[in-house]
Amino acid sequence: MKYITLFILSLVFWLLLTFKLTVPNIIVGSVASLICSLFFGRFFVTNVYKLLQPQRYFWFIIYLFIFVWECLKANIDVAYRVLHPAMPIRPGIVKVKTTLKSDMAKMLLANSITMTPGTISVDIIDDYLYIHWIYIKSEDPEVYTEIITGAFEKYIKRIIE
Amino acid sequence: MSNYLNILLYVQIGLSVICMYRIIRGPTIPDRMVGVDIFGILVVGVCAIISIQSEKSFILDIGIAWIILSFIGTLTLAKYLTGKKLNE
Amino acid sequence: MNNMISLIFITIGILFNLLGCIGIIRLPDTYNRLQAATKAVTLGCCSILVGVLFHFGFSDAGIKALVAIPILFFASTTGAHALIRGTYHFGIKLGKKSVKDDYKDAVK
Repeated sequence: MKYITLFILSLVFWLLLTFKLTVPNIIVGSVASLICSLFFGRFFVTNVYKLLQPQRYFWFIIYLFIFVWECLKANIDVAYRVLHPAMPIRPGIVKVKTTLKSDMAKMLLANSITMTPGTISVDIIDDYLYIHWIYIKSEDPEVYTEIITGAFEKYIKRIIE
Repeated sequence: MSNYLNILLYVQIGLSVICMYRIIRGPTIPDRMVGVDIFGILVVGVCAIISIQSEKSFILDIGIAWIILSFIGTLTLAKYLTGKKLNE
Repeated sequence: MNNMISLIFITIGILFNLLGCIGIIRLPDTYNRLQAATKAVTLGCCSILVGVLFHFGFSDAGIKALVAIPILFFASTTGAHALIRGTYHFGIKLGKKSVKDDYKDAVK
């Protein structure tokens, strides 16, 4: 089942890249996707039936809008810190606990944190994320956990888990 | 119109040259690697602007291949920094 | 009309790229440089690719630009994550202004 899903996904990707619906093109694409899925199928996500549930796509679209908004905020933040003559930075590495369980969800959370204002993820060890923060606003663990992961965690839980 | 696009193209190339400053000058090795990483992303922008200017779509293919190659290069450099062998 | 929109998107993208390059020159240590540069330059190049999508419409080149956006996003964030971890393990200290370091205990 994993192999078939990966085969279909990579064939769709090939057709998007080449954008020609002729027979030789589809044959070449099928052979390439077959080789790809034979080699990399065992690394694919374990539960493929989650891909068929429509409410996950709905939450994914809402998540996308929130993410673009956070991304724009991040860039205005960077502009302010870079162009200010005194450069108001107060960097440090903080430790944040996450409640997400699966590896895929942790990966998406870490990538989202990298694009939010002033934070970049350094490492994941068990349930803890280590975050480099350009301006530490508070020293209290509960407050900064809410600031960093609060915006994304509940949506990612609905999308993936 | 195409004049303005030309100016944008030269500005983008100039930004890549600014990145070169960090690669040449950077006091430590990780600084140079940050420069290489950012340079790789900026070149994709150059490819995109050239593809508009010449109305050819294959230059975007070069851009996508450049993203993936620079990604692999960055991962290799980062692995070198952590002090492991490449097959670990 | 489409040309106008695409030129506006490309100009915004180049402004973000310029901010990223100023950040890579001005900020004091490696971690902060990586921080500013990755965010600004990734959004800038994504904006340029959106401009390409508006210029070509939904033809083969436009779809290629659309496919390139998620690839660029995942590649640059994962690369920045790997580089910052490598920098820490290489032994570069955090800058003079830094106030907190929780990662030190976890590395040992």
